Amino acid sequence: MRQQLENLGDQTLYQLQQAGRMGMFLGACLLQLLRPPYPFRRILRQIHFVGARSIFVILFTGAFTGMVLALQGYYSLRKFGSEGLLGSAVALSLLRELGPVLTALMVVGRAGSAICAEIGIMRNSEQIDALECMAIDPLRYLMAPKFVAGIISLPLLTFLFDVIGIFGGYLIGVSLLGVNAGTYFQGMYASVEWADLEMGIVKSLVFGLLIIWISAAKGYFLHLERDGGFGAEGVSRTTTDAVVLSSVSILVWDYLISAIML
Amino acid sequence: MNQSTAATAIELVGVEKAFGRQQVLKGISLQIPEGQTTVIVGASGTGKSIILKHMLGLIPPDRGQVLVFGQELGRLSKRALNEVRTQFGVLFQNAALFDSMTVFDNIALPLRERTGQSEAQIRQTVHDRLGLMDLQGSEEKFPAQLSGGMRKRVGLARALVLNPKVVFFDEPTTGLDVSKSNEIYRLFHKTQRQLGYTAVIVSHDVPKIFKLADAVALLADGIIQGCLTPEQFQLSPLPLIRTFVEETMGPLYSSQQEEVGFYEKV
Repeated sequence: MRQQLENLGDQTLYQLQQAGRMGMFLGACLLQLLRPPYPFRRILRQIHFVGARSIFVILFTGAFTGMVLALQGYYSLRKFGSEGLLGSAVALSLLRELGPVLTALMVVGRAGSAICAEIGIMRNSEQIDALECMAIDPLRYLMAPKFVAGIISLPLLTFLFDVIGIFGGYLIGVSLLGVNAGTYFQGMYASVEWADLEMGIVKSLVFGLLIIWISAAKGYFLHLERDGGFGAEGVSRTTTDAVVLSSVSILVWDYLISAIML
Repeated sequence: MNQSTAATAIELVGVEKAFGRQQVLKGISLQIPEGQTTVIVGASGTGKSIILKHMLGLIPPDRGQVLVFGQELGRLSKRALNEVRTQFGVLFQNAALFDSMTVFDNIALPLRERTGQSEAQIRQTVHDRLGLMDLQGSEEKFPAQLSGGMRKRVGLARALVLNPKVVFFDEPTTGLDVSKSNEIYRLFHKTQRQLGYTAVIVSHDVPKIFKLADAVALLADGIIQGCLTPEQFQLSPLPLIRTFVEETMGPLYSSQQEEVGFYEKV
């Protein structure tokens, strides 16, 4: 019994320490964002990695999400004789929920995992120690450009996802299922408000920050992982943890932001 | 040997460190005299590299103090610690080169980040350092395309590029064959004579490393068993030092018999 209590206390302390470390990491990284000079080339390189190289996968998933929304939406709405609302149903679902969430999940899989593995390998091979010994702050040199890239890229990728999703929905709804093109767009104009767009933007900004924060911090503190963060296995396990934690956090924050803003 | 008169560059006072339940350092006290070469020896896994990380301010001690040029690292702000670190150069065990950068960019990084030099000046300095390390023509290669010995030489070039006052070597010849090890020692000897830096070397390349050392410290059972000149070290009656010397060297060695200027000719 006493042993179990000790283990519970030990585990709680460890989790608190981890949360504290991650919180301090986020604070220190955000502070670096405010301090000029800004390394534009490194920021651009990160935007290229997080944003530009995710475009194809975003276009692909966006198109199919819009198409399946139109397909499902059409058969559901037809039961109530409301096929005319298809455009607004597709647009609202994409702008408020599916656009930001699915974009973020795709970026976690593509860029978040890569960031965690990259930083983790740098930690394991003493490259981060080497930076510190050269009096170069790794948070400023490595992390800050990634945070800027995440915050800039996610909203832009979300816009792309939304636009391509709406046209995917048009393709299925109008071209295949025969909904009137004017009705499809008219319904959208009538029902979409600034608040819907605003919610999508807020979500994508928060998700951008979350993805980079969790992925980078997990890699950065790899050596402090209790179940051993060393070697290739340590990097792979930590990367998996980062992807799972980022994905879960995205869904939790999606709910919280919706609940606050609705 | 003028250890007693040289000023102290780094001093460890009663440094203790535990990882989980394992007490690795149990009260390390050690002085590194300025301008000299101190070698820390000991069996693998005893915490030699941990001592280096304490000196570099990468790990805080659980107890005790680490003083660099009289300043206690634990009391310094991040900015002040970085100021102290500008006087450091480090050659890591696996060289710790940035693997997504070319050799040129690796050596240029400290110059780009820490000095206001123009790109032309940086290019000149990097080329000079590459020449000093016999690495001409490797500028555009990536670390993965280099041999172990070349990686160490690039690491040394990067460590020395800002003319540091203190250079740390973590197992500089581990994984290298005899001729490559001699090459690293030759470069060490040459650059130390040119730049006059204080050197702290963690190594188990005994007895070869004794030829470069002004002082040898043995780490065993979590404490420094003695910091002595190579001659005193090998003749020491202290049981742990005696056992270490006999295990690693076999018959006794005396530097009086060694050839003068050996490493200048290797």
